[in-house]
Amino acid sequence: MKKALLGAALGALALGMTAAPNAAKADEIGACLITKTDINPFFVKMKEGASAKAEELGINLSTYAGKIDGDHETQVQAIESCIASGAKGILLTASDTKAIVPVVKKARDAGLIVIALDTPLEPIDAADATFATDNFKAGELIGQWAAAKLGDKAADAKIALLDLTPSAPSVDVLRDQGFLKGFGIDIKDPNKIGDEDDDRIVGHDVTNGNEEGGRTAMENLMQRDSDINVVYTINEPAAAGAYEALKSFGMEDGVLIVSVDGGCPGVANVKDGVIGATSQQYPLLMASKGIEAIKAWADSGEKPQNSQGLNFYNTGVNLVTDQPVDGVPSIDVAEGMDRCWG
Amino acid sequence: MSETPKSSRQKQEFEHALESSDRNVAQFEHKHRSFFGNVQHFLHGNPTMVPVIVLIFSIIIFGFVAGSKFFSPFNLSLIMQQVSIIGILAAAQSLVILTAGIDLSVGAIMVLMSVIMGQLAVTIGIPAPIAIIIGCIGGICAGGLNGFLVTRIKLPPFIVTLGTWNIFFALNLWLSGAQSIRSQTLDEIAPLLKFFGESIALGGARITYGSILMLVIFAVLWYILNHTSWGRHVYAIGDDKEAAELSGIRTNRTLITVYCLAGLVCAIGAWASIGRVGSVSPQSFQEANLQSITAVVIGGISLFGGRGSIIGPLIGALIVGVFNSGLRLAGVDVLWQVFAIGWLTIIAVAIDQWIRKVSS
Repeated sequence: MKKALLGAALGALALGMTAAPNAAKADEIGACLITKTDINPFFVKMKEGASAKAEELGINLSTYAGKIDGDHETQVQAIESCIASGAKGILLTASDTKAIVPVVKKARDAGLIVIALDTPLEPIDAADATFATDNFKAGELIGQWAAAKLGDKAADAKIALLDLTPSAPSVDVLRDQGFLKGFGIDIKDPNKIGDEDDDRIVGHDVTNGNEEGGRTAMENLMQRDSDINVVYTINEPAAAGAYEALKSFGMEDGVLIVSVDGGCPGVANVKDGVIGATSQQYPLLMASKGIEAIKAWADSGEKPQNSQGLNFYNTGVNLVTDQPVDGVPSIDVAEGMDRCWG
Repeated sequence: MSETPKSSRQKQEFEHALESSDRNVAQFEHKHRSFFGNVQHFLHGNPTMVPVIVLIFSIIIFGFVAGSKFFSPFNLSLIMQQVSIIGILAAAQSLVILTAGIDLSVGAIMVLMSVIMGQLAVTIGIPAPIAIIIGCIGGICAGGLNGFLVTRIKLPPFIVTLGTWNIFFALNLWLSGAQSIRSQTLDEIAPLLKFFGESIALGGARITYGSILMLVIFAVLWYILNHTSWGRHVYAIGDDKEAAELSGIRTNRTLITVYCLAGLVCAIGAWASIGRVGSVSPQSFQEANLQSITAVVIGGISLFGGRGSIIGPLIGALIVGVFNSGLRLAGVDVLWQVFAIGWLTIIAVAIDQWIRKVSS
């Protein structure tokens, strides 16, 4: 009896397995979403956005993710499996924006459309299109806000910059340099973190984009100069960590923390005064636009257009703060909460 | 072992014959040892001395390089704070490594338990003390699973903990939804979870309860390992499992308790990590398992088991902290800090190998 059941089950499984690819080939468009990790709520949200849109359009979506940020190898394998599966397009947030280029080319040569989400490849035209936050603009907004908030005191500010990782991927560079430019500092080479010689910069440290890293990095920079009064952070978890460090120094009130992301806990931290202002981005929109683009490519072979004056499609960024300043457009926390992700 | 027989011991019949015979023909040869030979012997007897010497030298050197800021009581207490979590994990790791095993899952157990404590207390609303106790029991169970697979299914510890590392990591993501629980929420609902983040000011220094907890854990483990039969069994198993078994130690049972205790220490570390980070962060401490192994190895515990003092990893963690702090204050780029720690690890193992080659 047991054996018969098992046999039937195996038979059904075998039938199912042979049947599925045929069905997919017949009428379904395949697409792949490859994110840096499954951990970051940003990518979790991206996946949700992509899945919802794919279901709506009847696209068969497979998702892949690296184990940790910087896991390049897994992403390469994911692209290879995607090509093999006969998918029409790939949405990719690359961990290693340069090293991924050859395998991306392989996918494009095989007739897939490759769209970089959130993180542009290097060079940016290695992908068919890029749907991203204008990260430089995101940095610039918080830089301008911090400078306007300080007013005359901006001239002798003491700035700490909490970046992402030692390898400094493009998003890291763009936000960091955008912030400094917005603050009114000569950034010299905009492709390089740390080549500035302005005395107002106390230093850069890396956080891995999490609370623990943010706290340790803040502590280290405070050891270098305890007069820090402006803190730029790569994302909101790092900002939360930096705030904890400042609190342990008893200095949480005199220091402006600015950040980028616009996740729900981050916006809540803006509301509670932990973060002064944050630039909100919209991962859900990137992913759903990306799925639409793959559908268009499969149907008519049409590629998406870039935003005017940019070499990518800008999915938008808004400054979220309850302390608006003149000359820097912003939305309030209530609206930020409405549109937050995670 | 002892070269001079104790006078209290009664000589047996047949030994009397030796009295009148020439004993020089059957004597241990006393070789003249070189300076290095002496050093090697000394270190073989006192394996913790290497890290202690390295720690003292690195403090002196960074004192010169990084200037007075490095030596401030505040900075020294900050180093303690920064290494406290890795230190606690290194304590758990040492227990396993002393049995000639390795535990790649310590960091994952810790993060998972911190998420469990946080979710129970904040999302479900269970009183914080109970959430912490459940987390600790979870830690014991997680360690117990490792121990069970190692002893009963007889899989190598490396493979078992490589597997459970991934399993615990996935559970962590599932339970937390990859979202941090904010510091402000913890303050509101379960401030007890942040207990180990509190600190006492001592002169210029600021010593967190977490730093003190780390020292207490090492002190307790030192006592257990050196002054209980269980502790001596752990060393015996690490030195030679078969011999330990033949001499009547129930090795499998002891091994399981080792993994359980390691899991418990990780869970206590989870509580401390919430205080250190300020929030329950499923994304923090991704590399903690490897950092804990680094601290253990630099601390002079042999990866081949059975040798080394539990105090070593404490020193090892402090050495890593001193290097990071000193290099940062000296304005050295992060990647060179990683570089330095890498070399430190290799040199530590090389020294361990050299000491192991000690000849009589």
